[in-house]
Amino acid sequence: MSELESQLSVNRALVKLDNVYKTFHSGTVNEVRPMRGINLDIEEGSFVVVLGGNGSGKSTLLNAMAGSFPIDSGRIELDGHDVSKWPEHRRAILIGRVFQNPFSGTAPTMSILDNFSLAAKRGKFRGLSWAHSRHLQDELRDRIRELKMGLEDRLDCAIGSLSGGQRQALTLLMATWLKPRLLLLDEHTAALDPKSADQVIALTDEIIARERLTTLMVTHSMQQAINLGDRIVMMHKGNVLHDYMAAQKKRLRVDDLLSRFENVRRRELLDESAAEILRARYI
Amino acid sequence: MTLLIGALTLGIILSLLALGVYISYRIFDIADITVDGSLTFGAAVASVLLVKHGVNPLWATTAGFMAGALAGTVSGILQTRFYINSLLSGILVMTALYSVNLHVMGRSNIPFLGAATLSTYCEQLGSDLFAGPETNLWGWTVSSADLTMLLFMFALVCFIALLLWGFLRTDIGTAMRASGDNPQMVKALGGNVENYRVFGLAVSNGLVGLAGALWAQYQNFADVQMGIGMVVWGLASVIIGEALTGASGVGIAIIGTIIGSILFRQLVAIALSFGLNPNDLKLITAVFVFAALILPNMMSKLSVRKFQGRA
Repeated sequence: MSELESQLSVNRALVKLDNVYKTFHSGTVNEVRPMRGINLDIEEGSFVVVLGGNGSGKSTLLNAMAGSFPIDSGRIELDGHDVSKWPEHRRAILIGRVFQNPFSGTAPTMSILDNFSLAAKRGKFRGLSWAHSRHLQDELRDRIRELKMGLEDRLDCAIGSLSGGQRQALTLLMATWLKPRLLLLDEHTAALDPKSADQVIALTDEIIARERLTTLMVTHSMQQAINLGDRIVMMHKGNVLHDYMAAQKKRLRVDDLLSRFENVRRRELLDESAAEILRARYI
Repeated sequence: MTLLIGALTLGIILSLLALGVYISYRIFDIADITVDGSLTFGAAVASVLLVKHGVNPLWATTAGFMAGALAGTVSGILQTRFYINSLLSGILVMTALYSVNLHVMGRSNIPFLGAATLSTYCEQLGSDLFAGPETNLWGWTVSSADLTMLLFMFALVCFIALLLWGFLRTDIGTAMRASGDNPQMVKALGGNVENYRVFGLAVSNGLVGLAGALWAQYQNFADVQMGIGMVVWGLASVIIGEALTGASGVGIAIIGTIIGSILFRQLVAIALSFGLNPNDLKLITAVFVFAALILPNMMSKLSVRKFQGRA
C-alpha cells in the first residue's frame, strides 16, 4: 500500500449519516422530531463529542446509530455497510456502547466474570462452550487490576453490589473488550458523583487513546467537550448547528460554546414571540 | 414407609416441573401459565405413544419433553414476535392445549393397563436387583418396584439438573440468564434477546412436559386435568427452595428448587394423611404462594417502620 493510500484509508469516513429523519409519536400532540435530515461523517480514529441541550436530539443521534429504533428515512453507513435496516444486536458486531444509566450496561444479579464472558462474545456466535474460560479469567483479573478499584479479587461478586462509578468503569471495559469499530458513549458520566465522573472520564480518555478507537461521545458538559476529543458537533432541534473540526476546536473555550447556545436561544425567543404576535393578530 | 417413598418419588418427578418454572419465573421473570397445558401435553403424548403404539418408554418419555418444548416455543413466539403480554400468551397456549390434549388422547383419561412403561421396567429391574418383589430397607418392608422407581427418578433428575446447570454456564446459557436480567445490555453485546426467550421457554416447558410424561407413567394413567394449577405448585417449590438456600448462584438455586419440590410434596402428603380434604389442596397451595410472595415485602416495610420509629 502506498503512502497516499494508507493516508486515505485512515481518513475515510467510518460512519456516514445521510439525510436521516426520525419522528416519535407522529401525528399526536406529543410529536417530537429529534432528527430532521441529519448529515454527518465521522472519520476513522476520530473522537467526536456531541453537545446539545435537552431535546436537541443528541442522544437520539447516538441511539439511531446503535439501532435502538428504526429510522424513518435516510441512510446510516457504518464501516462500509449500510446498517439502516440492521437490528440492534447485529450492529453490536461493530459497536461498543456505554449508557447514561449505570444500571443499563451490566446484568446486576450476575457476577463480574459472567458479565465479561458476555462482553468477550460481543457480536459473535454463542454456543455450548463454557462461558468462564481460564484464559478469560486471567486476562480479566489483569485488566481489572489496572482500574485500581480493588475489584480484581471480587470477580464472583454480583455487579449490582458495586457503586455506579465502578459499574460504569466496568461497562466501559466491557464495551471495548473486543475492539469495536465504533464506540458510543451516551452521557456516561452524567449519573455519577463528580469524583467518580472524573475517574471514568480519565479511563475513557486512556482507553480511547491506547486503542485508537473511533468514538462518538454525547455530553451536556461543555467542559468535557472542551477537554476531550478532537471534534465537537453541536446539536439543536434535531440538526447539526455547528461542527468544530480539530484545528478550530483547539482554540475553543467554554465561553464560546455558551455564547453560541445563547445566540440560538435568543433567536428562538424572538421567533416564538413574533409568531405569537402574528397568531394573535391574524388567527 | 410406602407413603413416604411415594411422596418422595412424586416430589422428585415434580422437581422437573419446578426447574421449568424456575427458568421462566426466575430467569425471565415471567409467570408462564403455559406450564399447566404443557404438563398434560407431555403426559398425553407419552401415554398415547405407550398405550396405542407400544413405543419404548424411554422414547415416549423423550417425546413428552419434545411436546412440552413445542408448547413453550409457541408461547415464546407469541410473546416475542407478536408482542403479546407474557401472562396472556401463557393463558392462550394453555387454553388451546386443553383441546389439543383431548384430541391427542382421544378421551379425557388413558389408563396404562398392561402397557410397557417405566413403571413396569422398574418392577422387573427391582425384582432382579433386590431378589424378589419385596425388600428390607432399614427394618421396613418395602416394594422393590417402588424403591427402584424412586432410585431411577432420583438418578434421572440428578442427571437433568446437572445438564441444566452446565447449560446455564455455557456462552448461550449465560446470555440467556443475562437477557432476563438486563435485555438492553444483551442487545448491546450482540445477543438476540427474543430468540433467547423462545429457546428458554422451550427448555422450561420441555422440562415440564418431561415431568408430565414421568408422572403419568408413575401413577399409571394420564388425565386431561392433571396439569391444572401446576404452575402454582412449581412456584411454591421455587420459593421454598429460595427460602432454604438463599439462592445465590445457579447451582445452589437448582439444588434448592429440587429440595423445595420434594419438601413441598412431603408437606402435602403429611397434611393429607392427617385428614386434609384433597379438594382444598389447590386453595391451600395458592394461599401458601400468596403468603410467600407478600411476606418479604411486608417484612421490609415492618423494618422500615421500626427504623423510622427509632429515628
